[in-house]
Amino acid sequence: MVIEETRRKRLDRGIKVRTESLYALSTWREMAYMILPRLTLILGLFILPLVLSMYWQRVLCSAGIYALLALGFDFLAEYVGLVCLGGALFIGSGGYISGILNAYLDWPPMLTIPIATLGGSVISTLILLPCLRLRGIYFAIVSFMLPLLAVYIIIALNVFGGTEGISALDTFPNIWVEQYIILGAVIFSLFAIRRLVNKDIGLIFRGIMDNDQAVKASGINITSYKTKAVFIASIIGCFGGAYLSHLYSWLGISLFAMDFSIVPIAASVMGGMGTLVGPVVGAFILTPMSEALRGFGQLRVVLYCLILIGFIVYKPEGLMNYLQRKYHQFEYWERV
Amino acid sequence: MGDEGLLQVRDISKSFGGVKAVKDVSLSLIKGEILGIIGPNGSGKTTLVNLITGFVKPDAGEVLFKDRKITGLQAHKIANLGITRTFQIMRPYHSLSAFKNLIVPLNSPRVRRTTGGRLGDRDAVAMDILEEIGFERDAYVPYKTASSLPLGYLKRLELARCIAMRPEIIICDEIFSGLSMAEIATMVPVLEKLEMEGITIMMIEHRLRELFRLVNRVIVMNFGEVLAEGIPREVMERQDVREAYLGTEVDSVRD
Ligand SMILES: Nc1ncnc2c1ncn2[C@@H]1O[C@H](COP(=O)(O)OP(=O)(O)OP(=O)(O)O)[C@@H](O)[C@H]1O
Ligand SMILES: [Mg+2]
Repeated sequence: MVIEETRRKRLDRGIKVRTESLYALSTWREMAYMILPRLTLILGLFILPLVLSMYWQRVLCSAGIYALLALGFDFLAEYVGLVCLGGALFIGSGGYISGILNAYLDWPPMLTIPIATLGGSVISTLILLPCLRLRGIYFAIVSFMLPLLAVYIIIALNVFGGTEGISALDTFPNIWVEQYIILGAVIFSLFAIRRLVNKDIGLIFRGIMDNDQAVKASGINITSYKTKAVFIASIIGCFGGAYLSHLYSWLGISLFAMDFSIVPIAASVMGGMGTLVGPVVGAFILTPMSEALRGFGQLRVVLYCLILIGFIVYKPEGLMNYLQRKYHQFEYWERV
Repeated sequence: MGDEGLLQVRDISKSFGGVKAVKDVSLSLIKGEILGIIGPNGSGKTTLVNLITGFVKPDAGEVLFKDRKITGLQAHKIANLGITRTFQIMRPYHSLSAFKNLIVPLNSPRVRRTTGGRLGDRDAVAMDILEEIGFERDAYVPYKTASSLPLGYLKRLELARCIAMRPEIIICDEIFSGLSMAEIATMVPVLEKLEMEGITIMMIEHRLRELFRLVNRVIVMNFGEVLAEGIPREVMERQDVREAYLGTEVDSVRD
């Protein structure tokens, strides 16, 4: 008896290979092949505010903040090799700086956000700097603990409003500005990071991830490059924090909440680690989902964990890796 | 050895726990030569390379490059001085293609300095280096990710990373091991060409027959110490060297 065995094979679509080099684009079909996915994402995000209710518009804004954090997390984890759980540190430092400038000095958001973005990322980077020598899990742990430290310092010294926080900060002129600022920031950061990882500096980052000894042997100071990478992720995260304090018109210790460090991981795993766009998409799915489950209170954290476990077990590649594969490759069964 | 040594190692020692990996080793590398370092497994050759290139800090002793002390400098600083090394256990950037692997050294301060920041198209420079070292140009190989390259190419990529640094010294840690005769035959001219260009080379090698075709001076290490030094034929005649090698490979070289 002959048993016929088949095995699944995958092959890049011809159009993918052709569109890989920009000069080879000739037909509309090829142009569309390349541009459509990006256009869908951009248009999708920009149309969303127009169709959502006031309540969900607000949710969209916080999804955008998580998207920024997830993007930074994925960039550091998959393109630099640093597992950084510092989301809360970025949100906290960005949020506190912009809030304080606004509350004490009465500077407008137009000014406080850029200053807090820059100042917050300088501070976050400086705080993380001594830990950059740590490898793997140790860096993750320390980056996770630091925000807790900040919380206790604020409570113990009873500064910046202590446990109460400071409320009645300036808000954005209207809900449209509110939404398009964060959506614009998400799209801009996404495409900026995607460009960056293929530039020389991005290749050095990836070299550090693959083999830091070889990078040293190539005369490159890995600490200085890791610092640059963390600074880049901090900028993205601190912008989110600075924006958040004006969005909620409030600053307080919950800006250092664990959620900001954990949700980005869940979003990244769900969306597809290493794709950059995946974690962003993941955040825009996860945040509304958890909002819908608001009634369950702290049980939401259980949800994150379940989703995380579900994806790790059943679809470890995540959504975008799966979709990109379907888009770029066709599959067939080959007899062996 | 007086001032003719481009690189001088003086009484360098290193222990790991109780193991004295390198004990009071002194040697000097003369500008333009190819020096061979041989010795049985575990005799401290790789540790010596790590000590010279700053990857391991010595317990005692010092390394001088152009009469300037370089011990204590960080590894990347030493690399920027022009002392490069390959890794015995190859260290490519797995997720990058072969030629993109070279973009990293091409961005080093040393290369920026020596080219005055006018290196031009780095991809093209990387391709040139790969071609020089035996990657077929325009073939698919330079575009393959390093993780999918066969051993022979990975060894070459190690050497290519050194060449990209525009070095003064290249220290090769067993770049022939695991290669076929044919593959070694293609690497030998590359090394000879580098020597012609004035680059000083230190070769650690177990493949003695191939090594002795390249070098005119060899140092034998055993148990972390320098056992013998001299021209290959004479060194290999010595009884203590033969004993260190237990006669295995030495006999094959004498024939
Ligand atoms: N990082 C380390 N930690 C502990 N012991 C080490 C370390 N590196 C080397 N050793 C020990 O030092 C001794 C010399 O090792 P080394 O790798 O320098 O030898 P080698 O001459 O390069 O050997 P081989 O020919 O096998 O490459 C060995 O006993 C080894 O176990
Ligand atoms: Mg060795």
